[in-house]
Amino acid sequence: MSAVSEYAHNIKDTVSTIFEGMAVTASHFMRKPYTVQYPDRMPVRVQDTLPFRYRGILEVDLEICTGCLACERACPIDCIVIVADKDQQTRQLLLSQFDIDIAKCMYCGLCSEACPTGSIHHTTEFEGADYSLESLIRRFVKDPVIAYKAKKGPETDPRIAPILSRGMAYLDQWAQPGGEKPAGEEPA
Amino acid sequence: MQTLIQNLIASGAFGKNPPRDLVAAIVVFVMSLVVFLAIALPFAGIVTWVERRVWARIQSRVGPNRVGPQGFLQWLADGVKIVCKEDIVPDEADARLFKLAPFLVMLAFTLPWAVMPFSSSLILADLNVGILYMTAVTALTVVGVLMAGWASNNKWSLIGGVRSAAQIVSYEIPAGLSIFPVVLMTGTLSMQGIIRGQGWAPQHWFLFANPFTFVAANILYMSSLAEANRTPFDLPEAESELVAGFATEYSGWRYACFSMAEWGNLFIIGAIITTLFLGGWQFPHVTNNVVAMNVLELITFSVKVLFLVFLSMWIRATLPRVRIDQLMTACWKYFVPISFVNMIGTAVWVAIWPDGNVAMGYIMFAGAIALGAIFIQRVIYYLRRSQMEVYLNPTI
Repeated sequence: MSAVSEYAHNIKDTVSTIFEGMAVTASHFMRKPYTVQYPDRMPVRVQDTLPFRYRGILEVDLEICTGCLACERACPIDCIVIVADKDQQTRQLLLSQFDIDIAKCMYCGLCSEACPTGSIHHTTEFEGADYSLESLIRRFVKDPVIAYKAKKGPETDPRIAPILSRGMAYLDQWAQPGGEKPAGEEPA
Repeated sequence: MQTLIQNLIASGAFGKNPPRDLVAAIVVFVMSLVVFLAIALPFAGIVTWVERRVWARIQSRVGPNRVGPQGFLQWLADGVKIVCKEDIVPDEADARLFKLAPFLVMLAFTLPWAVMPFSSSLILADLNVGILYMTAVTALTVVGVLMAGWASNNKWSLIGGVRSAAQIVSYEIPAGLSIFPVVLMTGTLSMQGIIRGQGWAPQHWFLFANPFTFVAANILYMSSLAEANRTPFDLPEAESELVAGFATEYSGWRYACFSMAEWGNLFIIGAIITTLFLGGWQFPHVTNNVVAMNVLELITFSVKVLFLVFLSMWIRATLPRVRIDQLMTACWKYFVPISFVNMIGTAVWVAIWPDGNVAMGYIMFAGAIALGAIFIQRVIYYLRRSQMEVYLNPTI
C-alpha cells in the first residue's frame, strides 16, 4: 500500500468510525435508563418483592415462642440472649428477656431452622442503618410473657392460630429436614 | 457599544457634561460584569449539570436529578460545596505561582467574552481584529496551565502541564489555519464583519460555501476541543494516568476556577465556530423593532452555540481518549497539511468566484442534509437492533 493511499485510508477510517460511533451513542441517548432509583422512587418497595424465605433482619413472634432456647444454642456467634425461668407458683415458663443483637447477627439462618414453631424467623426487612450499636439490639420482651405451649391437634386460639400457621409455613418451605419443599425452588 | 454610550451621555442619563471617558469606562466595566456574571458563570455552572445528564442518558443512567427540579440546582450545590473547601497550598509548592495560575486560566476564559457577538448590537467591543484577539487570548490558558503544573511541584501536575502546553501550542496551528479561509472570503477579522458576510440561510453560511471551508470547520472544531482539553484530547488530566493532571494539587475555589474555565470554554468554542461558519446571529429581517430583532438574533446565536456544546458532550460520551503519539500524529500529519490545503483551496476558490458560488452553497447544504439522513437511518438501525424501549422524555 502506497503512503498516499494509506493516508487517505486513515482519514476515511477515522471519519466513518466516528460517524458510526456517534450513531451508536445517539441511539443509546434515546433509550430508557436502567437505573433503579432506590429507595424513594420505586414503583413497589423492594421488601415487598423479596421471597418469603429472604434472610433479612430477624424477628420473633413471642406469641408462639416456646422458650426452648434452641435458637440461642444454635446461634454460632451468640447474638441471641434469652432469659426463661419457671414461675414457682403457676408452674409456667416465663420469658423475661429475648434480645437479638442485629449488629452481631450474620444472617446464617441456623436459629430459624432450629425453631420448632417458626417463631424466630427472618423478615424481608434489610434497612438496618442506625446511629449507635446499642440501638441495633432488638429487645422483643417488654413485660415478661408466658411461653407458648404446643397443644395436641390444631390451635384453637383465634389470635395465635394465624401466627402459628405462618410460622409453620415458614418452616415447611425448607428449613426443617424432610419438610415440604416448594416446587421449582432449590434449597439455598 | 460606543453608540450606546454616546446616546446615553447625550440623553443626560449621567447629568450635564459628565466626564465622558470616565462614564464610558464605567459603563463598559458594568456591562462586562453583567456579561460575565449573568452569562459566563451561570453557563459554566449549568453546563456541568447538562453534561452530566446528557452523559448519563447516553450510558443508560439517570444523572443528578435530586437537587431542585430534575437536579437543575446541582451546579449551585457543587459550587457552594467547592467554595467551602479548604484552599490548600502544598509545602513544597512555589506558593506565589501556585496561587497565580488559576487567575491566568480564568483570565483566558473571561477575555474572549469581550468580542462575543451575541447579536447585531450586543457586543462589548467589535474589535477590527476580533477573531485574532479571540484565538490569542484563549491561548493564554497555556501559561496558566503550565504555571500550575510547574508550581505544584508534583510529577503528575508537571506532566499534565507539559502535555497541555504541547497540545495547545500544536493545535493552535491547525486552528489558526482553519480561520484563514473565512478571513480570505470576508477580508475582515472583525467578528461582526465575518457574521455580516454570511446570510441567515444555511446555504449562505461559510460552512457550506465550498468544500474547503466545510473541512476547515471540522478541523477548527476538533482543534478547539483539543485546546480546551476536552475528551478525546483530555490527556493533560487523564484520570487513569495523571490523577487530575495540572489540577492535582488544587482544591477549593482555585480548583473551581480550573473546572469553570474548562466548561465555560465550551461556549467560547461554540461561539467561534458559530461566528465563523454557522452564520452567527444572522436572522431573517422579520421586524423593524430593534429590540425584538436583537432578542431573536440572541436566541439564534445561543441555539447554534448550545448545539455545538451538546455536540462536544456527545463526542465526550462517544470517543475514547487518544494516546499522546496519536494526538501529535493527528495534529502534525493530518490537521496541519489539510489546513494548508484548505487555505490554498479557498484562496483559489475566491480568485475564481470572488463573490462566492451560490450553486455550491445549495449543493453542499443538500449534501449535508443527505449526510444527516444517513445518520438518522443508522441511529434507527441501532435502535431497532437493540429492541429497547425508546424513551425521548428528558425528565426522569
